[in-house]
Amino acid sequence: MNDMIQTESLRFAYPADEGQKPVYALRGVDLEIEKGSFVVVLGHNGSGKSTLAKTFNAVLLPAGGKVYVEGMDTLDQELLLAIRQRVGMVFQNPDNQIVANVVEEDVAFAPENLGVPTEEIRKRVDAALKAVGMDEFVTHAPHLLSGGQKQRIAIAGVIAMEPACIVLDEATAMLDPIGRREVLTTVHRLNKEKGITVILITHHMNEAEAADRVVVMDDGRVDLDGTPQEVFSQVTRLRRLGLTVPDTVDLLDRLRLDGWDVPLDALSVEDCAAAVAGALK
Amino acid sequence: MAILEIKNLTHTYGIGTPFQRSAVEDISFAVEPGEFLGVIGHTGSGKSTLIQHLNGLLKPTSGQILLDGRDIWAEPKKIRNIRFQVGLVFQYPEYQLFEETVYKDISFGPKNQGKTGDELDHAVREAARLVGLRDEHLEKSPFELSGGQKRRAALAGVLAMEPKVLVLDEPTAGLDPAGRENLMANIREYHRNKGTTIILVSHSMDEIAQNVDRILVLKSAHILMSGTPAEVFTRAEELLSAGLDVPQITRVAMALRDRGVPIDPAVYTVEDLERQLLALKGGGSPC
Repeated sequence: MNDMIQTESLRFAYPADEGQKPVYALRGVDLEIEKGSFVVVLGHNGSGKSTLAKTFNAVLLPAGGKVYVEGMDTLDQELLLAIRQRVGMVFQNPDNQIVANVVEEDVAFAPENLGVPTEEIRKRVDAALKAVGMDEFVTHAPHLLSGGQKQRIAIAGVIAMEPACIVLDEATAMLDPIGRREVLTTVHRLNKEKGITVILITHHMNEAEAADRVVVMDDGRVDLDGTPQEVFSQVTRLRRLGLTVPDTVDLLDRLRLDGWDVPLDALSVEDCAAAVAGALK
Repeated sequence: MAILEIKNLTHTYGIGTPFQRSAVEDISFAVEPGEFLGVIGHTGSGKSTLIQHLNGLLKPTSGQILLDGRDIWAEPKKIRNIRFQVGLVFQYPEYQLFEETVYKDISFGPKNQGKTGDELDHAVREAARLVGLRDEHLEKSPFELSGGQKRRAALAGVLAMEPKVLVLDEPTAGLDPAGRENLMANIREYHRNKGTTIILVSHSMDEIAQNVDRILVLKSAHILMSGTPAEVFTRAEELLSAGLDVPQITRVAMALRDRGVPIDPAVYTVEDLERQLLALKGGGSPC
């Protein structure tokens, strides 16, 4: 079995006020996420993307249907610890997920709780900080770090658990462009070098350019699913879903309406320039 | 006459300690009435320190802030008055909502200004309307609103004081694309209708490019550039080497020039680039 995560007709509703009908945030999601892949999940506020992410490590449990993590059913209480060890989450606000006063202690928090032997913890903490490029900050105080650095510490804390999958729930939303780049570079490297499955939930379309796969959520369901090129060439549909397309695609779309023969899927700046220059010849 | 003038502003934190550091150093610029000014610069460039001087939250270590030609610190006891005239909306302002209802929260500022009765009611409802909140939202607890609505309520609280100068620090951070565009449309409309001077601090080059008349680029406590978006983005390579982003379209234009396509370096919007490409191709007209 080659799926990291598999959902089957997954439904979820948040508790409603008394006398009100529950509102379903997820209304039937069937998704298979392959091991080692880099998947970006897009969607406007309220589309269900964060709810979906939280079902991936049993923070939220299905109200209907199933979620399997490497074949383990998240509804099985006995598997809870094993599931959370396999899938680590990084959340939006860097200040809400740091627990210790020293960087290395913060990163050691999860393996300590898992009962990992001391020498092994030392090794894991050093390796995790190295993996996120923060090994110079071992004894620093987390509150004096930048937002991007704090998020990398949070990622290191997850990596120290040696998970097979990291889910980032809008983990770049509060960062400046430099911090965002730091975090993205880090997770892309972890994906390539360590084969960790990455699921990145975001509002920023340009973060999806380098993904293997883009899933677009709308109204609790999967609306689009494909490579970034396939998804972003659906210009009209994305706009109808309240999402924007990268400016490169917007330009190509306009030029096509002007009668130019250019592809819609030249997403990156370089590809777009090459396509436009080619059409000018 | 400039509505706001910053003269040789320096702010040094931790004077006399080993951590002494100037966050802004000898900065001077003027803002004209009705201007929409964008301020960019990455974290640590001095943006936040600069804007906290504009309504007197921070006092200059040296230099002056003039509002309508008067030093805002001329009478330190009246600094509160300055805060009614220069409205500052912080990052994530929704964390500052505190009242029982949205109506009460919005009315906090104007009430402190001394507004009462119909005048107060009018100010609150007008501000709510400007940010796109409906009457039914006003009687709710702010904590029942969605994230985007909370942000609007917090913004309305500042607009209700009818400031002459509105300073917005990353107003759209953390919102989804539709939320970002809606909020910026409200702000543009407010600017058009009221003629209020607006200073927009943002990390998003695209947002700055699409909205402002003039851009101020800060880098390590100093002004690196100042000019119209076209002037600033013409210097794209300098911006990139300063660790700042440029709009994606500016990068496409740069890549096209590298390929020998003669695109004007001042291009920074999709529409402009499309127009130039059509002109280059000849014959084709935008329809």
